[in-house]
Amino acid sequence: MARIGVFVCHCGTNISKTVDVERAAQAAGEFPDVVFSTNYKYMCSEPGQNLIKEAIREHKLDRVVVAACSPRLHEPTFQRCIACAGLNPYLVEMANIREHCSWVHEDKVEATEKAIDIIAMLTAKAKRDEPLFTKEIPLTKKAMVIGGGVAGIRAALDIAEAGYKVTLVERTPSIGGRMAQYDKTFPTLDCAACILTPMMVDCASHPNIDIWSYSEVEQVDGFVGNFKVRVRKRAKSIKEELCTGCGVCCEKCVVKGLDNPFDEGLGKRNAMYVPFPQAVPNVPVLDRENCRQFTKGKCGVCQKMCPAGAVDYDQEDEIVTEEVGAIVVATGFKTWDHSKLGEYGYGKYPDVISGLQFERLMNASGPTDGKIKRPSDGKVPESVVFLSCIGSRDPEHGHAYCSKVCCMYNAKHALLLKDKLHDAKAYVFYMDIRANGKGYEEFVQRTIEDYGATYVRGRVSRIFPEDGQMVVRGADTLLGKPIEVRADLVVLATAMEPQDDAKELARTLGISTDQYNWFSEAHPKLKPVECLSAGIYLAGACQYPKDIPDTVAQASGAASKVAGLFAKECLTSEPMIAYIKDDSCVGCGLCAGVCPFSAIELVEIVDRAKSTRENQVMRTVAKVNEGLCHGCGTCAAACRSLSAKLRGFEDSQILAEIEALANIKIG
Amino acid sequence: MIEETTEQTNTETWKPTILGILCNWCSYAGADLAGSSRMKHPANMRIVRVPCSGRVNPLFILKGFQMGFDGVMVLGCHPGDCHYAKGNYFARRRIMLIRELLQSMGIEPERFHFEWVSASEGARFAEVVTEMTANIEKIGPFCGVDCSRTPSAF
Repeated sequence: MARIGVFVCHCGTNISKTVDVERAAQAAGEFPDVVFSTNYKYMCSEPGQNLIKEAIREHKLDRVVVAACSPRLHEPTFQRCIACAGLNPYLVEMANIREHCSWVHEDKVEATEKAIDIIAMLTAKAKRDEPLFTKEIPLTKKAMVIGGGVAGIRAALDIAEAGYKVTLVERTPSIGGRMAQYDKTFPTLDCAACILTPMMVDCASHPNIDIWSYSEVEQVDGFVGNFKVRVRKRAKSIKEELCTGCGVCCEKCVVKGLDNPFDEGLGKRNAMYVPFPQAVPNVPVLDRENCRQFTKGKCGVCQKMCPAGAVDYDQEDEIVTEEVGAIVVATGFKTWDHSKLGEYGYGKYPDVISGLQFERLMNASGPTDGKIKRPSDGKVPESVVFLSCIGSRDPEHGHAYCSKVCCMYNAKHALLLKDKLHDAKAYVFYMDIRANGKGYEEFVQRTIEDYGATYVRGRVSRIFPEDGQMVVRGADTLLGKPIEVRADLVVLATAMEPQDDAKELARTLGISTDQYNWFSEAHPKLKPVECLSAGIYLAGACQYPKDIPDTVAQASGAASKVAGLFAKECLTSEPMIAYIKDDSCVGCGLCAGVCPFSAIELVEIVDRAKSTRENQVMRTVAKVNEGLCHGCGTCAAACRSLSAKLRGFEDSQILAEIEALANIKIG
Repeated sequence: MIEETTEQTNTETWKPTILGILCNWCSYAGADLAGSSRMKHPANMRIVRVPCSGRVNPLFILKGFQMGFDGVMVLGCHPGDCHYAKGNYFARRRIMLIRELLQSMGIEPERFHFEWVSASEGARFAEVVTEMTANIEKIGPFCGVDCSRTPSAF
């Protein structure tokens, strides 16, 4: 006979508002094997947990049901709680009467009834809970950081500083990411390169960090502490160990005038190139799609000119499998391709550009050496219009969210424009100004008051060229009047979006994404940097639009999580895994066939029933490799003799949950 | 037992009862999201959490009907999103057979529903529950296996 205690939580008024918690606790007291039931305002608080611990001692409880929030939120909390009172932590069940009941129903009678049903189900399951035991598993104390932007760099440096090895994988030829493209950063107007490039150099010179640039993650196997990551190191056509970074190959390359993505299409590069002068590693990459040696089959100029003999046309992609214990995902964002929105003419009129392009125009190492010239004719602009919320806060174009940084970089661009060209006019069209960081509001005010940028509240309906200028037509919603501004240059603050292959990477990693394909954290407040898959952490704008301070803070947070994980001697395995009952297993191998992790194999055992002392008869049964089993239970559903079982989710437990509501009728 | 249920069912006060079997990583999380986003939906479903839709033994579905639920729903991760790589594919194959089995037993196909709901689809979850409840309301209470509906060849 089990002795079950049921603890119904009010969750402040979150539950008690729609569920009669006293009635629920009272009803639970009547369930079979329940010897104690009560309710309390905050079961997860210290007094709440003490109440549970005392009840366990006083009433000699051996199973606990907490009727509160989702098990995905506080199950670990209550597992620790009952473990303190001497019970096996796996003898607690959570009846989810908040997310699945009080928050989604309005009728108190109906919700109370449902809550009682939920408690009945979990009580029936708890009755059949068995103590489960974790095992110690080894841990590889090496991390992988995917993405070499400022988030990945910060995370890699922090993990390396904590004393652990890190492999930093970057898709493009150089680390640096978006921040390397920027000129200045708000609100301090620090030069982006002056902050970032020393960090890039630190990364390259740190003994604990390996940078794999021009490389991509292809496959991830394993689990926390024991990931196996397959990375494709794409052929740079350069022997890195010989290259001195002198740049002769790039200079002498005969294929010129290719668009440099680093300059957002405003600058050009050769087929042999480094994306920008401060690149780390400072090793050129040969763009084989455009190289004459590869397209025409003859050229060889770079190979002849290279003083170090480092150019290697026969180099092949290298596939490396790296074993790591933790992964930090820091793959960043891209900006929305605004040419999809015809009325603003991006992609059609050269003088309608994106914020990132304006950033390159201002950057001292950009295509114009930092001189602001408009792309069409190189004229220094006398008036520039900046438009906010291009695609952001716009569900019709697939981004209901705010891109968070645009208000601030619009202000920054307007300020820097006025700073460089005192007589130029800066207009900022905005919906609302969202300046919610340290020093942000002051910065916007400074742009308006000290630098004289004109802020217009309203949307622009149309942009078209006239007499060598762009006519920006819209409405000033504060004055309630139409407005028309003639500008030499129009800058669009386009929405931030997840990378195109974010969904694919999420699948490779086994993590989830939200409806926009931003990576999902395990919990927005309790586990903001962790993924639901243990051992994988998030940093930066791959999770949601973030500015640099937030990105860097999160990267350090992810790094500290990795360091915390690696500080352990070994990990404990999840005990909710499959096992096989030898006595009824017929060795058909169905379970082995469906196991997604190849964790089941067929083995020969001695058939005790048929064996005699002289004659040993063998038979085949399935066996679970506990190190590989993830606990999905597909085998348990496939087994025809009910011999494959899943701890924590036994057939008997699930059936008991369903049976608990025998002849259920609502109302 | 089934006859008793039929007698107890007062058609005027009857409300559909649905058993939902949800995978932990996607659909249960989607239901949680519907909760934390306060997306109201009918209170007719009772949820059983399983680690993966691949864990769903056809027995669970039959047990649901046996226990008098008017409808049974299995929700899992979208194809390609399974936390266990491919458990949902096995679920999908099994569900195809279960559908046939239910039909051969004379259980209306509308009483059983299989759907992908991801962790980010709280609204979808609420929608699925609402639709299912409305569908069951339309076809009425489940009064046990109706032999006249089983195919004659069976």
